[in-house]
Amino acid sequence: MSTEDQNDPTRPPKAWFDMGGDLAGAVVPEEHDYALWEKRVDALVMLSQKKGFFTVDGLRRALEDMGPDAFERLSYYERWVAALRRNLVEAGVLTPEELATRMEEIRARGATYGDVSAGATDG
Amino acid sequence: MPHDHAPHPYRPDQDGPLTEAQVTEIAIRELLIEKGITTASEVTAEVEAMDARSPAQGARVIARAWTDADFKARLLADGTAACEELGIEMGTLKLVALENTETTHNVIVCTLCSCYPRNLLGLPPDWYKSRAYRSRTVKEPRAVLREFGTRLPDKMAVRVHDSTADMRYLVIPSRPEGSDTLTEDALAALVTRDGMIGVTQL
Amino acid sequence: MADRVRVKSWMPPGHIRTPAYLRGKTGEIERRLPAFPNPELLAYHLPAPDIPLLRVRFTMEEVWGADAERPEDVIEAEIFAHWLEPA
Repeated sequence: MSTEDQNDPTRPPKAWFDMGGDLAGAVVPEEHDYALWEKRVDALVMLSQKKGFFTVDGLRRALEDMGPDAFERLSYYERWVAALRRNLVEAGVLTPEELATRMEEIRARGATYGDVSAGATDG
Repeated sequence: MPHDHAPHPYRPDQDGPLTEAQVTEIAIRELLIEKGITTASEVTAEVEAMDARSPAQGARVIARAWTDADFKARLLADGTAACEELGIEMGTLKLVALENTETTHNVIVCTLCSCYPRNLLGLPPDWYKSRAYRSRTVKEPRAVLREFGTRLPDKMAVRVHDSTADMRYLVIPSRPEGSDTLTEDALAALVTRDGMIGVTQL
Repeated sequence: MADRVRVKSWMPPGHIRTPAYLRGKTGEIERRLPAFPNPELLAYHLPAPDIPLLRVRFTMEEVWGADAERPEDVIEAEIFAHWLEPA
């Protein structure tokens, strides 16, 4: 898919996540050790799949639908947690109301709640 | 297991106000536990299993393939079954192993997302998931490899493998010269993650 | 399925696992894999019938034409059978 094709109004545009062959800069050899919250997002995605609420395809579709801005603006697991949330709502496991209420409660526990949460094993 | 790049920062997550993503994670986790869908220990076990997976798993497979021609043949024929022979938990991962030779170099990419053989290599590095790597590896693999310091001889052909669907890939690097007398464990220590992705040679 | 296949040049919306850069391109079947549930339906939590999956090998020349970095190098990718036609 060349740039010319992308500008052709008679053809549908290539999807943003379908990156093969796009122009891009040098590969920056970055990596980081994953934080606990990132690993927990990953764990919750894997467990949700094992329990049959969605497949990796549903996760990918939600990530794709977040669009290219989210890809540039958010980190990998920031996008994953949003895709996880969406798939769990679609599967009827969680409601938006439950999530919103709980997130409000968590914020009310204070900015340092993360310290407590990181150490606790009971959730 | 040697790391292939020097900068390797720890990304702090518990020393500032909780981010939106962290609050979301906590909320989902708490609700799933309260609903009896999962348990705290199940989540912990999943994180521990993740931590236990590293390129050392893949390196064991490669070292065995270098020292046991029959195993290598089985690995090339059915990568999943061969890894399970070594006691590696493969879960749902379906593996295709790709052998580098004197005339062929293999490199793995996922242009559509960031599929990766995590049971054998652990979680992927950030660069593997980057726009630059995903975009360019299928079009100019030799240029991408040069950015990793890999210069292939002119006579060597490149095969790029795009993980588009249900298979995951592992490159069997060429065995380093002068390694004839090494034990299998010593050979495994020579195998790098980047070598098994195919962006470097050993 | 013939040994030489062409990837359909469809551009449908939705969750698709056939990269755009391979659409309309001709390659040879490298190996036949088992059938897997159609990801285009799984992505929307729908029942998904199994579809044969094939690994197809394309030359850089076929995919990128005059822009190829090295015409004889190859790209291999998994393509579901409903995206392929005999070439």
